[in-house]
Amino acid sequence: MSRSSMWEAVGGIVRRDLLLAMRRRSDAAMSVFFLVIVVSLFPLGVGPEPAVLRTIGPGVLWVAALLACLLSLARVFTADYVDGTLEQMVLVPQPLAVLVVGKVFAHWVISGLPIVVLSPLLGLQFGLSGESLGVLVMSLLLGTPTLSMIGTIGAALVLGVRGSGLLVALLVLPLYVPVLIFGAGAVTSSMAGIGGEANLSLLGACLVLSLFLAPWATAVALRIALE
Amino acid sequence: MIWSKYSAPQAFYPLAGRLIPWFSVVAVALIGVGLYMGFFVAPTDFQQGEAYRIIFVHVPAAWMSMFLYVVMAVWAGVGLGLNARLSFMMAQAIAPTGAMFTFLALLTGAMWGKPTWGAWWVWDARLTSELILLFQYAGVMLLRTSIDDLRRADRSSAVFSLVGVVNVPIIYFSVQWWNTLHQGASVSMSTGSKMAATMLTAMLLMTLAFWLYSVAVILSRVRCIIVERESLPVWEEQPTVVQKVAEVR
Repeated sequence: MSRSSMWEAVGGIVRRDLLLAMRRRSDAAMSVFFLVIVVSLFPLGVGPEPAVLRTIGPGVLWVAALLACLLSLARVFTADYVDGTLEQMVLVPQPLAVLVVGKVFAHWVISGLPIVVLSPLLGLQFGLSGESLGVLVMSLLLGTPTLSMIGTIGAALVLGVRGSGLLVALLVLPLYVPVLIFGAGAVTSSMAGIGGEANLSLLGACLVLSLFLAPWATAVALRIALE
Repeated sequence: MIWSKYSAPQAFYPLAGRLIPWFSVVAVALIGVGLYMGFFVAPTDFQQGEAYRIIFVHVPAAWMSMFLYVVMAVWAGVGLGLNARLSFMMAQAIAPTGAMFTFLALLTGAMWGKPTWGAWWVWDARLTSELILLFQYAGVMLLRTSIDDLRRADRSSAVFSLVGVVNVPIIYFSVQWWNTLHQGASVSMSTGSKMAATMLTAMLLMTLAFWLYSVAVILSRVRCIIVERESLPVWEEQPTVVQKVAEVR
């Protein structure tokens, strides 16, 4: 099979998923609203002390991003599974793992990218300063695709299983821990004046590793689910 | 081939039954010797006093928790690759024992941390990773029980345990990566051990004992799983158990 037809298939999947998301904009807006609300709840719970908020800010933003990404995971495959599109995707000559990359990329554009774009605003709420805001955006830009990558493995594993919403959280959240540590660590260390480069590099490494392994694992899980 | 013969659950069932007593007896004997050496022979630590003696349970339990996760993932991988039922049954049987050792490592770690660090729990990298390992064991078991179709349950939880195996090296290297409160490893392959010889002997004896115990328990659990899954006629010995299960079904 030629390489161009593979890219065409991936492009087709990305276009289709983005188009579907555009037709139902409220779905994508929901996870962003969720993020904003969760982040805004923390000052109400912890108190408005600026020093405290600045300390917990990176962690809170990252945990909220994690949860927002988790909530949108159910949408990646469920509709395609129900209407049979997924079975057609398994049957096409292009490798399933490559098509999965298209699905993951679309998921990231719909649910990850808005988080990245919105994060400086939320960072300001927690009193983060100029350079840390930049590191926050960079860390989310590197980290959220990894979250989508890992998350889709879980989404594929629990496809059509009862109680899948809660189950996917239990499966995926432990796997998110390294990304959370490096992501929040990058912002914290840049605030401490040591610079976030080391943690950002580790985030990049996580992204490369997940890009290499996750689509393949997702493809295996999808085949199992569709057997 | 002898191995392919025993890959059939029917053939493995009696073999496991014959092996279990041996592993159990040696495990109990070694636990006795190891605990005696740990509590009475090994010298008192000049820094940590008597409290350090919990490592004779803690360290072997922590090692076993990680080792069993890898073994479970290997069986899961073999099951996925060769499509062998017995491999999935082994993976299923290993999970509860691994989770038990993970919990034991956390519990004994807390009991050691209170007198030594002054806190039951600290958010140290290795503690946290061990806690996450426990979550992963829970995830593997929950995923299996949530799926009714046995074949899919086997294969899905196998994929998840293989994905989670990426986390085990992170646990191991976390001490070097994050360099926090937990003391560095006292035993290492490259520089040799920094502990007294009797301490090391006791610890290694306990590790061996825990390993033998795991084998015995896992084999008994595999036998239960075989009886549960394969509604076959009685093979040999313990006909009452098999018949009872068949009657219940």
